[in-house]
Parts: sequence; structure tokens; C-alpha cells
Amino acid sequence: MTQPILQARGLVKRYGHVVAMDGADFDLYPGEILAVIGDNGAGKSSLIKALSGAVRPDAGEIRFQGQPVQFNSTKEAQRAGIETVYQTLAMSPALSITDNMFMGRELRRPGFAGSVLRMLDWGRMRAFAREKLNELGLMTIQNINQPVETLSGGQRQGIAVARAAAFGSRVIILDEPTAALGVKESQRVLDLIAELKARGLSIVLISHNMPHVFEIADRIHIHRLGKRLCTVRPKNCSMPDVVGLMTGALGPESNPAEVVG
Amino acid sequence: MTSTEKSVSADSFRHGGGRSMLDRVQHALHTNPSLVPLLVLVVSVLVFGILIGPRFFSPLALTLILQQVAIVGIVGAAQSLVIITAGIDLSVGAIMVLSSVIMGQFTFRYGLPPGLSILCGLSAGALFGAINGLLVSIMRLPPFIVTLGMWQILMAANFLYSRNETIRAQDIAAEAPLLHLFAAKQNIAGTDFTLGTIFMLALVLFLAFVLRHTAWGRHVYAVGDDPGAAELSGVNVRGTLISVYAVAGLICALAGWVMIGRIGSVSPNVGQLTNIESITAVVIGGISLFGGRGSIMGTLFGGLIVGVFTLGLRLLGADAQWTYLMIGVLIIVAVGVDQWIRKVTS
Ligand SMILES: Nc1ncnc2c1ncn2[C@@H]1O[C@H](COP(=O)(O)OP(=O)(O)OP(=O)(O)O)[C@@H](O)[C@H]1O
Ligand SMILES: [Mg+2]
Repeated sequence: MTQPILQARGLVKRYGHVVAMDGADFDLYPGEILAVIGDNGAGKSSLIKALSGAVRPDAGEIRFQGQPVQFNSTKEAQRAGIETVYQTLAMSPALSITDNMFMGRELRRPGFAGSVLRMLDWGRMRAFAREKLNELGLMTIQNINQPVETLSGGQRQGIAVARAAAFGSRVIILDEPTAALGVKESQRVLDLIAELKARGLSIVLISHNMPHVFEIADRIHIHRLGKRLCTVRPKNCSMPDVVGLMTGALGPESNPAEVVG
Repeated sequence: MTSTEKSVSADSFRHGGGRSMLDRVQHALHTNPSLVPLLVLVVSVLVFGILIGPRFFSPLALTLILQQVAIVGIVGAAQSLVIITAGIDLSVGAIMVLSSVIMGQFTFRYGLPPGLSILCGLSAGALFGAINGLLVSIMRLPPFIVTLGMWQILMAANFLYSRNETIRAQDIAAEAPLLHLFAAKQNIAGTDFTLGTIFMLALVLFLAFVLRHTAWGRHVYAVGDDPGAAELSGVNVRGTLISVYAVAGLICALAGWVMIGRIGSVSPNVGQLTNIESITAVVIGGISLFGGRGSIMGTLFGGLIVGVFTLGLRLLGADAQWTYLMIGVLIIVAVGVDQWIRKVTS
């Protein structure tokens, strides 16, 4: 088998007495869509935050393209080509859509205005933001200068997804990206994920929506009590089996379709 | 942004038409929070103009208002930066005074060239600000507490170091005129514009530009709006905070230099109320104490409103207490308006 693009072994993260990760393992292979599922509080968000540089694990190792890495900030992970849609969306409510799209990686004007006056290139940033929202069919939003807080929850989620898709070059992590979306918009996001995969990116999708997971995932990582319980292929097992594993009704050994690694 | 673009956006997020006038006003203020203070400024100038007559529009009146607003405007600009990050700086006045004392004492006690002393004063201001910033961002202490402590420390240091001595204006004029630089006057149509006033206006315009058109400026807003979100988006939250407090300290030191020009002497006994006055200008100027919103132009308008009230009531022969009373009302109204504006969400 090929080498995982993003891999973790034995991640531990404690918050006081709460153990958010308890020796969590993780493997993401190039060009695949990996769904991560688990009960509320299982530690899924904690896991992907460790992978994206948002949280520094207390113990464990992360490898990116085979090399051990330590991301001290999300910026470092972004530089490596890893983009993340956080469950909280990570948007500045008072700032505009364009501001939020480019926060932390603003485009400067060419020439003197950009290099000496450090002036931002609002024209280019607005055009880019508009184009990306168009691609996602978010054109119910007409004004790219609108503050994010005046948008609906679903529109905000759409913008967060558009931002990650626009800037990710290797890995895109989505933590419940369709939780607030309508049926049509959810389908758009699923289509976008398939498209990103076709472009050769690797995708991590956290979702509680089993039909979505079974529709697009290549493999399903089942997270339970702070660690990976097992990984299965949706082709080889049924939705009730997966839910049974996730909730602890079934033990992992009872699952004949388990995929090792 | 064109006005058609604005109206399209307004309709697009409130489906079903039928937006009331009030909604429109609320939305306009949301996009442009300094409209309120601008309106209050215009109205108060008109009202005082009607009550007082042409005397209120005389060049002398304008001269007085501008002189009074120069210092508050500069320190208010520093305060605005800090408040946009959802912080507050109670030490602005102390930094200003101690920096001016350093500029004066280094020249007269140690005989340093005035230019070098001024450089030392400016560096000291930036350093005090940076210490505030480090304590706020790295130690995660509340800005109110950090700067309350810094205010006391610097005020005490100010009196101890200056030995409570004032450097006389004649001595400065004779030996170190550079310290009086900002007192230089230009008479335009009968109104005296000091270099200090012009500097204040230039500083506000420059900061408005930086906040709007540079990545650093956008990060200042993002950090005040939601530091967690800014961090996840890849903003260096700590670095931004430290730089904001350090820049605020530097601006306060510049205000100290301007103040030497304004009062002529170097005295450790001035600027006791500057922190409150700067916060007043910022709040009346429509900058949210919760961070992330407001424009620095608002602070300028806020400072001018206070100046217009002070002078207008004085020319009307009213008790000075009426000024404080009116400003108190304005502060509370401004915060009320801010709360209302922030409710614009769908
Ligand atoms: N910053 C934090 N401080 C304290 N406890 C935390 C923090 N972050 C996570 N936890 C705890 O860690 C555990 C795992 O949380 P996590 O958010 O990773 O779960 P999750 O699987 O993403 O759940 P959900 O499906 O509800 O999003 C929870 O018990 C949570 O309370
Ligand atoms: Mg979660």
C-alpha cells in the first residue's frame, strides 16, 4: 500500500481531567475521502485540530508525507497545504466576506503600492471571493462586502467551505461542513468534495450524516472514547453495523469488514 | 463601494421586502459606525451656532477647539487601536507625561542633544506600550488590570524621576527649541493651525488608511472581533496585540512631545485626565468597547464633539459642570447606539 499523506500515532490531549484524545491513531491516504465518525464528545474535533496545528497534542507523533512534523500554528499547516473547516467555522463576524476569505493571507497590490505602502488589493480579493462563492452556488449572497454576521448559518458554512477549497493544495479537513446546510446546499458541498478528490486532494470529512458518509467516503474511520476504534470500507459493511461500532453496541472484533491501517 | 451595490446587499439579506426606515438606518450605521458622531458633531455645531451667533464661527473659536482637540485626538488615536482589539489602555496619559519628562530631563539634566532625548522619549513610550502588550498577550492578563497597574507605576516613576520639577518654557525656548517643534503655527484665514493640530489630523488619516488597507489593520480588527477565529484563520494574534500596544505607546510619546509645544514647559503634573478623555472620545466616536468595530475617524469626531461642547457652553456662559453632564449623556447614548447596531444579524 502507498504511504499515508497524513498520519498520526498515539495522540494524547488532556484538558484537566477530561481526556479528549487517548492514544488516537489516524491515517489518510493520498487522493482518498476519509470519513471520521463518532459520538458527540468522542474527540473527533480534537483529533483534526491536532492535525491542523490548532492544538498541540500532549503526546504522540504526526507525519506529513512520511516526515515527522510539528505544526505550531494553523499557519504552518496551511503552508504545508492543509486547509481546515472548523466546526466553529473560524469567521470574524463583524468583518466582510472578502476579509474572512483572505484573513491571514491577504493579497497585496503589485508594485510600489504593495511592496512599500503594503496596500491590499481589494479588487483582486473581491473578484476571487465572488468567483469562489459562485463555484459553490452561493450566489444568493450578492454583496461580497457584507459582514459575515448578517449571513445565515448555512451561508457562513458555505463560505468556510469555499475558503478551504480555494486555498487547500494537499489535504482538506472538514469538521461537519454540512450541519447547517439545506438539502440542496449539502449536495453542492458533497459534489465539491468529489471534485476536490478528482483534483487529487485528500479529504477528511467529519459528519454525523450516515447517508452522506456512505455516499462519498472511500473509508470510514470510527472514533470512540478518544481513539480510533477501527477503519471500515463502506462497500463491505452496512449502516447499522457502523452505527453499532460507533456507539459500542458492537465490538470491533465482530466486524469482518475491518480494514487494517 | 457604490450606492447601488449597497442597496442590493441590503435587500439580499432581508428577503420579503418591506424594510422599515429604522432598519435602513441601522444597516447604514452598521456599515459606517462613524456616521453617528459625525451627525452629532454637525448638529451640535449648528445648535451652538444658532444660540451663540457668528462669534461661534470665528477663527478664534476654531483655533481654541483645535488646540484642545490636538492632544486628545492623538492619544485618542492610540486608544482607538487598543479598543478595537477589545482592550483598553488606562496608561496612555502616564506614558505621554513620562515620555515628555524623559525628553526634557535627558536634554537638561544629562545635556543630551534634544533630538537624541526625543528619540529616547519615543522609544520609552513604545517600550512601555510593548510591556503592556506582552502582559496582555503572553500572560493573558486582562488589559484593564495591566494598564491600571502600568498607569500607577509610570505616574509614580514620573514624579520620582522628575523630582517633581518643571522645566521652564524660557529655558526650553533658549536651549532646546526642537522640543517646541509642534507649537509652530500656520495662520490660515485667521485660524491658527499649530503643527501639533496638523500632525493630529495627519496621524488620524494615516491610521485610518493603515486599518483599512493593510493586512496588519485587518488583523487588528479580527483580533478584537474574535481572537479564537483569527488564530484558526492563521493570524498571529499575540504578535498583533503586542504591536498594537507598542504602537499605542509610541503615539502617546508623540503626544507628549506635542504637549511640550502646547504648554511650553515640561511638567510632570499634566495629563492626569488624558486617559479618561481619550476613552470618552473613542466611545462617543462610536468605536465598540467589545472590539472589532468602529473607525478611527469616529474618534476624531468624538474629540471634536467634546471640544465643541466645551467651547459652546463656555461662550454661552454656562457652568462648566454642564459640559461634563452633557458629555456623560453622550457617552451613555453612544454605548446604547453601539448595542443597537450590533444587533444587525439575520
Ligand atoms: N478546549 C477544551 N477545553 C476543555 N475541554 C475540551 C476542549 N476541547 C475539547 N474538550 C473536551 O474533549 C472532549 C472531546 O471533544 P471534541 O470536541 O473533540 O468531540 P467531538 O467528537 O468533536 O464531538 P462533536 O461530535 O460533538 O463535535 C469533550 O469531552 C470536550 O468536552
Ligand atoms: Mg466536534
